[in-house]
Amino acid sequence: MAEKMKLSLNVNGQARTLDVWPMARLLDVIREDLHLTGTKEGCGEGECGACSVILDGKLVNSCLIPAVQAEGGELCTIEGVASEEQLHLVQESFLHCGGAQCGICTPGMVMAAVDLLHRCPQPDEAQIRDGLAGNLCRCTGYVKIVDSVADAAERALQVAKESRS
Amino acid sequence: MKGQAPSCTVHTPASLVGALEILFAEKGTWRPLAGGTDLMVPFAAGTLPFTRFLNLWGLDELRGIEISPENISLGALTTYADVRSHSLLRAEFPNLVQSARVTGAMAIQNRGTLAGNIANGSPAADTPPSLLAYGAEVQLQSLAGSRWVPYESFHTDYKQTVMLPEELITRIRLPRTTGDTFHFFRKVGTRKAQAISKVCLAAYARAEEGRVAEFRLGMGSVAPVPLRALTTEMLIQGQRLEALDDHSIAEAKQALLEDIRPIDDIRSTASYRRKVSANVLGQLLEAMIERFKRPQIRA
Amino acid sequence: MNPSLHIGHSRIRKEGRAKVTGAAQYTDDVCMSGMLYGATVRSRVARGILKGIEFGEGIPWDEFIIVTAKDVTGDLYVALIEQDQPFLALDRINHPEEPVVLLAHEDRYLLEKARAAVRLIIEPLPPLFDLEESLACREVIWGSDNSFKDILIEQGDVDSVWGAATHIVQGEYKTGAQEQLYIEPNGAIAVAKAEEGVTVWGSLQCPYYVHKALKHLFNLPDEKVRVIQMETGGGFGGKEDYPSLIAGHAALLSLKSGGRPVKIVYDREEDMVATTKRHPSRTRIRSAFDAEGQLLALDIDFALDGGAYLTLTPVVLSRGAIHAGGPYRCPNTRIRARAVATNTPPHGAFRGFGAPQSLFAIERHMNVAAAEMGMDPIALRKQNLLKMGDSTATGQIIKEAIDLPGLLDRALEKLDYTAKQESCRVHNASSSPIKRGVGFASFMHGCGFTGAGESYLASVAGVEGREDGKIHVLAAATEMGQGANTILSQVVAEVLKVPLEYVEVARPDTALVPDSGPTVASRTTMVVGKLVQEAAIGLRQILLQAGFLSEPYAGEAFSNAVKQYLAKNGHLKAYSQYSTPPQIVWDDQNYKGDAYTTFAWACYATEVAVDTRTFEVQVEDFVALQEVGRVLNPTLAEGQIEGGVAQGIGYGLSEQVVWNEGRMANGQMTNYIMATSMDLPRIRVYFEESPYPLGPGGAKGIGELPMDGSAPALLNAIQDALATVTPREIPLTPERLMELVESSNG
Repeated sequence: MAEKMKLSLNVNGQARTLDVWPMARLLDVIREDLHLTGTKEGCGEGECGACSVILDGKLVNSCLIPAVQAEGGELCTIEGVASEEQLHLVQESFLHCGGAQCGICTPGMVMAAVDLLHRCPQPDEAQIRDGLAGNLCRCTGYVKIVDSVADAAERALQVAKESRS
Repeated sequence: MKGQAPSCTVHTPASLVGALEILFAEKGTWRPLAGGTDLMVPFAAGTLPFTRFLNLWGLDELRGIEISPENISLGALTTYADVRSHSLLRAEFPNLVQSARVTGAMAIQNRGTLAGNIANGSPAADTPPSLLAYGAEVQLQSLAGSRWVPYESFHTDYKQTVMLPEELITRIRLPRTTGDTFHFFRKVGTRKAQAISKVCLAAYARAEEGRVAEFRLGMGSVAPVPLRALTTEMLIQGQRLEALDDHSIAEAKQALLEDIRPIDDIRSTASYRRKVSANVLGQLLEAMIERFKRPQIRA
Repeated sequence: MNPSLHIGHSRIRKEGRAKVTGAAQYTDDVCMSGMLYGATVRSRVARGILKGIEFGEGIPWDEFIIVTAKDVTGDLYVALIEQDQPFLALDRINHPEEPVVLLAHEDRYLLEKARAAVRLIIEPLPPLFDLEESLACREVIWGSDNSFKDILIEQGDVDSVWGAATHIVQGEYKTGAQEQLYIEPNGAIAVAKAEEGVTVWGSLQCPYYVHKALKHLFNLPDEKVRVIQMETGGGFGGKEDYPSLIAGHAALLSLKSGGRPVKIVYDREEDMVATTKRHPSRTRIRSAFDAEGQLLALDIDFALDGGAYLTLTPVVLSRGAIHAGGPYRCPNTRIRARAVATNTPPHGAFRGFGAPQSLFAIERHMNVAAAEMGMDPIALRKQNLLKMGDSTATGQIIKEAIDLPGLLDRALEKLDYTAKQESCRVHNASSSPIKRGVGFASFMHGCGFTGAGESYLASVAGVEGREDGKIHVLAAATEMGQGANTILSQVVAEVLKVPLEYVEVARPDTALVPDSGPTVASRTTMVVGKLVQEAAIGLRQILLQAGFLSEPYAGEAFSNAVKQYLAKNGHLKAYSQYSTPPQIVWDDQNYKGDAYTTFAWACYATEVAVDTRTFEVQVEDFVALQEVGRVLNPTLAEGQIEGGVAQGIGYGLSEQVVWNEGRMANGQMTNYIMATSMDLPRIRVYFEESPYPLGPGGAKGIGELPMDGSAPALLNAIQDALATVTPREIPLTPERLMELVESSNG
């Protein structure tokens, strides 16, 4: 048996230190050690995107990252997307446009959408479909998810306009 | 939880030299770990026969894209996302950019690295055909020094490479493309994203004085290793442009069947791979002929 | 102007906020104190006799809870239709994923090591994997003749027609297995104690199926078994019968551990390989037409591969058989339907439940027939589509004023079919390697249980007034993404004329909610919705009669009335029980009569582009037009159709289960190919609303319909694009299409 490591990272704005196996999957650290169960396991092989989180500003599959590589990192999970009371624009759009059905892909899908809009604030439909291509959804046929992201982008533009005027 | 994390040791070296030292001292016992996108899959499935991992992710010495008049040199840990967003690569090596775009999807592209992609030796990897088409060279480094290996001779057999146990890939170098060039990349995958190639084909050609002065064709998923289709290349290379016609395309498609050795697997069939390789080669050559009808020389 | 308060409005999903924030609790998100993890050791041999179990070295076996068939004190066999599937194999192995040994430990890593260290000694017997070989009884592997069910539907006199027919067209069609591929794998947590009984929390569609299975397994009375549905990440039929096994396994381990909670959650591969998939099928159709294209006779031989145990196969076969004639009028019909055993894991429920298989065959056949007769497939269908007063193959008289030719016209119009077909012709005459084509399919889906199913079930649902003045819906209907929570709330809030926030759906928990039947068969909105609607009317009546409420009232007055009533009487509940409408008559012996109380009707049309270099098919456009009664919540209804079409496109083109010795060889999401966002077009959904008088707010069932028509529409379009090939088998992968093209080229 190998030894556990002290893993220090920032999780949704809070500094955390944990004892973990260095080769434990970041996904398991998030779900079992941090008890943040909004991040889901759908396939365990980087295919479905249900475990998507943002690590050091980049969208990643947490099932493919060994804990050791999160050392010193800045991690944002679905629990860190909304503030206390206020949903993120993307979450609001998913609610209003019907982007969530069974909900199991939704946290990962929201993370991918947040990441996409960060990189590309006004995406066209092709860019949205590319940005979400790593997140499989079995319920929606993606139509309402694509609409949700487009809606969030549109509302972000409105918010920006209003704050300027 | 099939991946036995409690049985595994990870060493995170502070420097490249530190990494090379441990590889040298305990030869063959440490498995290099870069972005993890390939390695973590068999690890989690409990089928990876390694328990000691050398974590290279933090080695910034292995990052960075350097440009000289002759070459562009990519650090081993260059990710697909880095490739996608690099303007010079987009201009001069569009096949490589394309192959990075079609590898997995964004989350994979943020972690997967070029060196990892080739070191694992999967014949279905997406960047190797492009690297072959561009005549890439791979820098292998050990404590004893470094050597440059032409990428076309890097893979020796299914998941086997020329790397010694004490070596790491440090950089990948591509000769700059200039002149009247043609680039072609096509991945025929199981779907449009998050797909493994069934056939992958990348070509680079340069026309000069009415001839095909250079022609390289890299292929994936059609043999135990990513390969250059040398028989086919020989038919095209050196040809006068006006001599290239439907007949030469038919000959080339025939020759390609000599170059490749596809198999049946759970993703496709050997006969499909043969047929589609030949058809896509046809598409490629038609596009090349069309393209070279009017010279376009990049400044 | 919509005069309804809630019906017909796109209300936000009730549990939506919990889902978009990640707060929703799925089975694997629950961790209980002292909890053990459970794992299943499986046979890996397709057929044989279990001779022994060896526990390998290097594992502290004394730390493990170990369960085998010998530990079962109640009924070893899962209580469903027939009791033939064991929870754990005793001596006979009938498929490669047969559960044999259960292990539990608190360390998940060690548990996996242990699972790999168990060795089963199995003496192999000759297995049977092929449907035709099973039909021919090359080996007898189940019962006396491998047959799970044999159905004959007859109308008129088929054999009298062949001589007089102008055209006789025959064809054979095949469909493959399909994996449900809900993104949340199966899982359950159980606490079982000898004195107190069994409680299970799980990802499941049918709490009362699991309840029944556990009662038999542990030989317990109703009240000692409790099943609670957790948030469920998709089901599509795949969490209809298999959760009974997982719940039983977790409970057996818990009981043996002395009552510690035991969690079993499958990883993706175990879920894909071991649990149920859609039944593979083979359909032979012989059809006779007169000179004008009027259908004179249909002789259909429909066969399903049921896998190793009977499970739900007879009812899947039944629905498939009844839908086999399609939405057509045919005076002489014979449908022979058989389901047989093979040594693969049992096939089970998947959205559509037999209908996608037989409708694929008939909808391809209509195009094949049109081509053979030199007729336009649109004209051929229009001549034969059912209308009011016609009868279906079971003799069910269509009593609704349906206009199927009109539905077809409007779907084609939405696609711009005629213009597209013309532009495809022009395009295809060019040298382009991309060939384009258009196609469509007309079809229907019977709503609710087949035949007398609903009257046997006699479902009960209710509503309850709560101390906070809110109303809770009491039903075993499970939310698994389809929107049951929201729809049932809308129906109740509409009746009570209160804001939607006043209504909540109680978590399906067999200790708290009545048995409103399984959440299957497109029955939740239409059947359970009707029951809660009636119950809500009853509850309002109670308040009115008791004088706490007088009409007209506002929402707040209603909620005050509830509080006052409760303060006085202690409880406020109203229930309603299903009774079959008097005009609905079904003869289960002879398969005659009203197979369904109503049908949803549809026509789907699509345009495809086929790359003749790679044989890849791109779906360029897809129109889904349907008549499903009144649409209660447009956003949710569209979502159902869009998702169903996406699954149907996968069924038709890419979702191939690769079999190796009875075992799925491509049990990874990497290798079983469902669509990503890049692969699908923007699916265009249209509803024609014609309120159904017996449904709540005029609604029919909707969930399964979109699974039925997509695959044949696509293949019809591919045939239109390529002209020289006649595809008859799905999934039509690029590899299969290449073979077809090559063989048609000679």
